[in-house]
Amino acid sequence: MTATETPGTLLRILDYSSRADPYPLYAELRETPVALQEDGSYVISTYRELMDILHNPHLSSDVRHLSRPMEAAEGRGTPAFINLDPPEHDRLRRMAMRHFGPPHTPGLVAGLEPDLTATVGSLIDDFAGKEQIDIVDDFAYPFPVTVICHLLGVPREDEPRFHLWVNAVIESIDYNPKTDPKEKLENGRQATNELRAYLRGLVEERHSRPSDDLLSRLANDDGPDGRMTDEEIVATANLLLIAGHETTVNLITNGMLTLLRHPQMLQRLRDEPDLIVPLVEELLRYEPPVHIIPWRAAYSDVAVADTVIPKGSRIILMLASGSRDPNRFHDPDRFDPDRPDNQHLGFGSGIHLCFGGPLARRETQIALTELVRRLDRPGLVTDPPPYRRSPVLRGPIHLPVEQGAG
Amino acid sequence: MTSADNLRAFKRDGRIVVVGASLAGLRAAEALRGEGFTGSLTMIGDEPSEPYDRPPLSKQVLTGWVPADGTLLPRRRDIDAEWLLGVPAGGLDMRANQVRLADGREVPFDRVLIATGVRARPWFVESEADLDGVFVLRTREHAEGLQRALAAGPSRVLIIGAGFTGSEIASICRERGIAVTVAELAPAPLVGALGAMVGDVAADMQRAHGVDLRCGVKVTRLEGDAQGRFRRAHFDDGSAIDADVAVVALGGIRNTEWLRGSGLAAGVWGIACDTGCRALTLDGLITDDVFAAGDVARCPNPIYEYRLISLEHWANAVEQAEVAAHNMVSGQADRWPHLSLPVFWSIQFGVNIKTVGVPTFADEVVVTQGSVADRRFVAAYGYRGRVTAAVSFNNAKWLDHYRQLIETAAPFPPPFPAPDQPADMKPVPVDFPGPTLLAQGATVVVTGHDPGERRVTSAQQHR
Ligand SMILES: Cc1cc2nc3c(=O)[nH]c(=O)nc-3n(C[C@H](O)[C@H](O)[C@H](O)COP(=O)(O)OP(=O)(O)OC[C@H]3O[C@@H](n4cnc5c(N)ncnc54)[C@H](O)[C@@H]3O)c2cc1C
Repeated sequence: MTATETPGTLLRILDYSSRADPYPLYAELRETPVALQEDGSYVISTYRELMDILHNPHLSSDVRHLSRPMEAAEGRGTPAFINLDPPEHDRLRRMAMRHFGPPHTPGLVAGLEPDLTATVGSLIDDFAGKEQIDIVDDFAYPFPVTVICHLLGVPREDEPRFHLWVNAVIESIDYNPKTDPKEKLENGRQATNELRAYLRGLVEERHSRPSDDLLSRLANDDGPDGRMTDEEIVATANLLLIAGHETTVNLITNGMLTLLRHPQMLQRLRDEPDLIVPLVEELLRYEPPVHIIPWRAAYSDVAVADTVIPKGSRIILMLASGSRDPNRFHDPDRFDPDRPDNQHLGFGSGIHLCFGGPLARRETQIALTELVRRLDRPGLVTDPPPYRRSPVLRGPIHLPVEQGAG
Repeated sequence: MTSADNLRAFKRDGRIVVVGASLAGLRAAEALRGEGFTGSLTMIGDEPSEPYDRPPLSKQVLTGWVPADGTLLPRRRDIDAEWLLGVPAGGLDMRANQVRLADGREVPFDRVLIATGVRARPWFVESEADLDGVFVLRTREHAEGLQRALAAGPSRVLIIGAGFTGSEIASICRERGIAVTVAELAPAPLVGALGAMVGDVAADMQRAHGVDLRCGVKVTRLEGDAQGRFRRAHFDDGSAIDADVAVVALGGIRNTEWLRGSGLAAGVWGIACDTGCRALTLDGLITDDVFAAGDVARCPNPIYEYRLISLEHWANAVEQAEVAAHNMVSGQADRWPHLSLPVFWSIQFGVNIKTVGVPTFADEVVVTQGSVADRRFVAAYGYRGRVTAAVSFNNAKWLDHYRQLIETAAPFPPPFPAPDQPADMKPVPVDFPGPTLLAQGATVVVTGHDPGERRVTSAQQHR
């Protein structure tokens, strides 16, 4: 075994003071691609090792395969497919995918485009007359939330209610028994239950009064795999609602922040709007919204590089670190939308490759293109901006920007 | 002049000729420019059109989704080449360093890349092959003709040969609601490539989709009517069927005849090369100026005991083209070996079939993940206790893992269970010390990730 203990690095990353710039710590972490932690978990931080493990069928996404139970996962009801292994994962993801993308619903994302553009447009219209805007509260949050509500068929008016639940759930994802109060976990658990109860109500409604949204289709349409149970629909909707909340928000915000830090690139995007496609790919590599997959389990002994990770171990995947690995990406700390062969880990890889990736991409492409086109000489008010607590789903909690900044 | 000076001069002003202007030829040309070669580049191709892609011919083109002329290969960069299209090369003179065209022209080169691929094996009786309604499928013209014949609503299509191409065509006929008979000499479809176990799965799949699959039979005669139209086929068991389209899908013939007399080790199996895509002479000497890539090349693979293996796989053509191009403009010490494992894919009857490694190099196979009954599974192939290949049905995302198992000569059967391991998988007793130790019998392992860093190491060093 070559894994050595690197006490500290991971803990320093998790510490809030590193939130604004965890990248130097990732570099430190990469010195040991597979690092055994004091508590017996393994941290994987290099690109190739992450790729290997993400395609390794012995890596389980189901916390029930951990030899030491995960407190954070207990008491949360039926797992969504993201937390399951094949064949259950495949079946549920396939059933959800039927209504969400190709081959059965190929036009979904393209069909949303007029709506996306209109939503973005009206949010930016509201900037008029404001000297200072918060990219998060005024734009990057309301936009994807409106979209996911519309897609799922969740009433937009209910947003203030589930916003609190979603926040509590996200807060508890990276629960650390050593440093976090039990309360955080308990809040998360309770929020999950309330959010699920709320969604359950919506699903029941859809059985009697179906419309054209995803919830209705999940509740009423049969495919070759049959139909999901209501609990499975609730788990799926819960996943999509949460994922629709925090990831795209951070991607858009990180994107705007990055552009403001690279004014020539912002100007270039204004001049060549087609640049947005590779630019969003580069963002997913350079400032991704998902930094860490905090829990995976070794279903059996798993060999990664020269290390054998024993069955039942917890495995922590540092995706954002892998995407900055100099052994894979030339000059990785440079933001370079012209980068060839940009196979980043922004959406993960393998069978859990982000389900919402195509939607998130398109949302971000439209959002950034329009912001850049319509904001008048935007400038950062504070750099770095204040960050959210979570090291897992990382992004600014506010991004104040002033217009006409020169 | 030092050899480095020579190389620099060659990269600047040299003459490279590529024979065969298709996938491997085009990708090599692009890679040559990408490597900084600024000399003259000549592309010789016997087909009249620009390079196009073949896999869609038996898929999207036959369904009518994509027109036959809609499969042009995307260009990755401008190659600024002289194109000599519509005329085949007729000979290679290694003394004079010239390619002779069939029309008598001579094209001089400093280095030449041979990428002439394979052509379809025609029906063995010429007069029967010429019947109206009898097809092969290799080129865009073939695909166009066959697509038209299918669109005309034939009463029945006969497919001779149930390899990948034949099976894909059968799948499309069913998709279009056309009655189809598949005749295969082997006991099941795909057996030649994937063995009996997977062959049985493929057979079930075909029958479940309404294919009239006849295995263990040989078509002996194609019969036409007075107008010269194909009408009936006769089998060696005495039976016959009526059909109005016959597709001969009996594999390919390597385009090496034009090299006869050149002194290269070129024959029915292809052009023998080293792993750097440098062609060998008949004596087994390595040439330094003649390279080969794609379906026509036949390279040794250290993982498979250095046997010379030729493959008709898209990805293999691209990878060899890139390695050949790199080596054509690199000095001795900087050359790359082509060590990547073959990958092949096919889509039929709604199932995405993908393989990694060389499944024919195996003595055992075991389903490691999923369920054969659902046609969603991964099966690993083993040879003398090590993993040598894998195939997936609707489960391709795992194959990278199996690639790693093959490259590291991991023990067979793979000893560690995955969550979706089939319950009925017969456990084979194995007593291997651990996943990082290499299986008995393997002599080499491949290390490195990119073409530039991939190397073979002797397995014994790890013990
Ligand atoms: C119908 C079909 C479906 C396929 N599907 C798949 C698939 O799903 N997956 C997969 O991995 N692979 C598939 N393949 C295989 C893949 O297309 C080949 O591996 C690939 O085309 C090989 O490229 P190449 O450039 O080596 O040879 P080719 O594409 O055969 O090109 C060789 C070229 O050289 C020309 N030529 C021959 N002799 C001469 C001469 N003397 N002078 C000048 N030019 C000459 C030929 O006319 C041809 O244009 C398929 C092939 C076919 C035909």
